[in-house]
Amino acid sequence: MANRVKRTPLYDLHVELGGKMVDFAGWEMPVQYPAGIMAEHTQCRTQAALFDVSHMGQVILTGDEVALKLESLVPAALDELRIGKARYTFFTNPDGGIMDDLIVSNAGDHLFIVVNASMRYQDVPYMRENLQGVEVIEVFDRALIAVQGPMAEDVVGTHCPEITELKFMETTLAEIDGTECRISRLGYTGEDGYEISIPEDEVDRISRLMLSHPKCAPAGLGARDSLRMEAGLCLYGNDINPSTSPIEAGLKWAIPKRRRSAGGFPGADRILNEFKNGPSRKLVGIKPSGRAPARAGVEIHDMKGNTVGAITSGGFGPTVSGPVAMGYVSLPFANEGTQIQLIIRGKPQPAEVCAMPFITPNYKR
Amino acid sequence: MVTYYSEEHEWLMIDDDIAIIGITAHAAEQLGDIVFIEQKEPGDEFENGDEIGVIESVKAASEIYAPVDGEVVEANEVLQGNPAALNESPESDAWIYKIKLSDSAQLEGLMSLSEYKSFIA
Repeated sequence: MANRVKRTPLYDLHVELGGKMVDFAGWEMPVQYPAGIMAEHTQCRTQAALFDVSHMGQVILTGDEVALKLESLVPAALDELRIGKARYTFFTNPDGGIMDDLIVSNAGDHLFIVVNASMRYQDVPYMRENLQGVEVIEVFDRALIAVQGPMAEDVVGTHCPEITELKFMETTLAEIDGTECRISRLGYTGEDGYEISIPEDEVDRISRLMLSHPKCAPAGLGARDSLRMEAGLCLYGNDINPSTSPIEAGLKWAIPKRRRSAGGFPGADRILNEFKNGPSRKLVGIKPSGRAPARAGVEIHDMKGNTVGAITSGGFGPTVSGPVAMGYVSLPFANEGTQIQLIIRGKPQPAEVCAMPFITPNYKR
Repeated sequence: MVTYYSEEHEWLMIDDDIAIIGITAHAAEQLGDIVFIEQKEPGDEFENGDEIGVIESVKAASEIYAPVDGEVVEANEVLQGNPAALNESPESDAWIYKIKLSDSAQLEGLMSLSEYKSFIA
């Protein structure tokens, strides 16, 4: 585990753009720029925003039957994952909890995976230990940026016309201004957009090129959090962790049929049992009736005052124009429309269980 | 009328034993986009250092601490419908309370504008 706070290759650009730098998972990252979280959030929903996500772990896996071997650690169907396709999945633990979530892409002669910044020091040794005959290469010389928003296709496509052909959850190698990049049409904002893996020496230049587009502006971690919350996307460490199962977290869509019947991943006993019999609690969307944001840790009570759960992520949703939250509630309280109370600073505030996402996602399928 | 400043980044405009109080532009900028404020009600009494409200920005919740002893005379209700006013005009329209001072001598512990400017410099 590294102790010094690290900087991404875009550090100088963040400072030049007026980014307010904070320590995030051991990395010095911009939480916001002078425009502010609200404006950066709206920028991403209406035009295009550029995020530095270089702190996330990029890993290459090679070896015979590498996809099949990785299936022993995650419940996704990777063996049939075609070249150029990407999948969202998670490492499960023997108790059926989630150790981290990740994106796996079939890059032809290898798998390309992206894991959370805070978990790369766990995931890389874990894969090395458990994937016999697989070479696990942590990529240290490439940065990662995300260009997200309804105009992302124009921003990136101006410099790389072939990526307009990509669909949601597809990936390819393509040149941007003479530099070969891995471009994947995905993200974590609920908007259309791309994540682009770029050699570290070129990322400053390519990021400036993206930002030179009149509809593209930088956005920080603050906006990234409010965007993913409105999109109903789980944040590892908040909404999913080693004690929450994928079924509880509403992620059963990420476990395809073959894995549901055959199992063969850590914690399959609990997970497949919850598939059949239902979990005892569920992650739900929560809409506070008032204006006060309910943040992680806030207790959820039923209307009689019994504790029935807790908020795991919450705050203000700029697009929703009001507070939004998600949290676990015991099963009888998980139906849409259920009235609940949130204990904010000691006082019960009315709220309602609601469907997620809070916004309509804008993916290019 | 004299205006005083606190180390908690509040301003107090004094008119006899009544003070109008709010947060400074510096505080508003540090907080970022403000989306909610929880206020006390007229008649609520408090002592120096008590929590007399909470301001929520997109980022986080921050308490407002009383800079003196007193009693709430009026809360600016405009802020309930338009908390963003705290970003736009924190030192004028977006005042938070009118309060009745219990002890004007406590004002001596606060800062003048020039002292506050060097405090935040």
